[in-house]
Amino acid sequence: MPKVKIRRKSTWIDMTAMCDVAFLLLTFFMLTSNFTKKEPVLVATPSSVSEIKIPETNIMTVLVDPSGKVYFGIDGQDKRQQLIEKMAEIYKVSLSPDEIKRFSLIDIFGNPMYAMKAFLNLSPEIRDLPQNNLGIPADSTNNQFKEWVRAARDVNPELRIAIKADQKTPYPVIKKVMKSLQELDENRYNLITKLETAPGK
Amino acid sequence: MAEISHDSGSHKKSGKKRSKKLPTRIDFTPMVDLGFLLITFFMLATSLIKPQTMEITMPSDKKVEDVDKTIAKASQAVTVILGKNDKVFYYFGKTEGANVIETTYAAEGLRKILLEKNYNVAKQVEDLRVEKIKLRMDEDLFQRKMAEIKANKNAPVVRIMATDEANYKNLVDALDEMNICSISRYAIVDIDEPDRLLIKEKGI
Repeated sequence: MPKVKIRRKSTWIDMTAMCDVAFLLLTFFMLTSNFTKKEPVLVATPSSVSEIKIPETNIMTVLVDPSGKVYFGIDGQDKRQQLIEKMAEIYKVSLSPDEIKRFSLIDIFGNPMYAMKAFLNLSPEIRDLPQNNLGIPADSTNNQFKEWVRAARDVNPELRIAIKADQKTPYPVIKKVMKSLQELDENRYNLITKLETAPGK
Repeated sequence: MAEISHDSGSHKKSGKKRSKKLPTRIDFTPMVDLGFLLITFFMLATSLIKPQTMEITMPSDKKVEDVDKTIAKASQAVTVILGKNDKVFYYFGKTEGANVIETTYAAEGLRKILLEKNYNVAKQVEDLRVEKIKLRMDEDLFQRKMAEIKANKNAPVVRIMATDEANYKNLVDALDEMNICSISRYAIVDIDEPDRLLIKEKGI
């Protein structure tokens, strides 16, 4: 019997096509993506049946954590720079250009103005720790939150306000935030919620 | 890459100026690896799901009289009080001598009551939704008809009062019920003096 000779096939696979696919997908993801913003606290938003999506730009985020600390952030680096310059002037806090630059890179923060300088000089890794975020005061005697909103509105008149609060946040804190907004005649705002299926519709 | 580099040295000795043909085949495997690595990164770092939002419009400080005007019509007024421990209370009409009833945020609770109270409008909205699907109504017309229905003068007016013990979830739940029950006129109001007494009296 003659031996059946099995021809060795080359194991070489042309990877070019796969490479094409990989980079096509990569391009897609790069173009469509908007990065998840890093937030100093993780909040569990309540659910609602509302299906309105939040726009991506011109958003002023007000984050309220369960303990009642208020955080604040706007989008746009240049806008943030103008904002901190304004606020530094109002509260007579002198910030170096380097500190202003650092502020413009922070998405969202929660510190009173007196602690701002120290906060900006922390290294970015520990900046988000809860003990380094004291919350923005929003009391009637020292309403820095209101000033932030006012200044942000001056910097970018197209801002829309989005309130993102934890389910367990006590109502008085929300009331304080809403009152401050009301005093500034900011009567339209968005409450960020997660999706719940509408009953029977 | 390995194939490109192994041509050096050996054929130089021959002296002939014949360039050796380089293999044109390049191993793309590392590039594919890199591609997929980056894809993975982008997939994990992006937020594909955009958060939902609920739009609310609060009455302005300067239009307080307007709110009072709507409250004046006692027959349409519903007051919802958000209490502690996820409890919710409601009463119809005036604060004086109101019959405060406890209910829940569940579908059989607050929603049922509000739907009953808002029966006409809710029915019309429901009909309109069905009609929209059946007749393929365009969005513009749908919105216009919706606004017409919601402008109903006899629809209930809901006042939402949250006590200090209520939490944010309670508030959003209550606002959500307003949306579900197609109630167009509602407001988050501060607890005023008569209601404070009522709350104290009932031990909410």
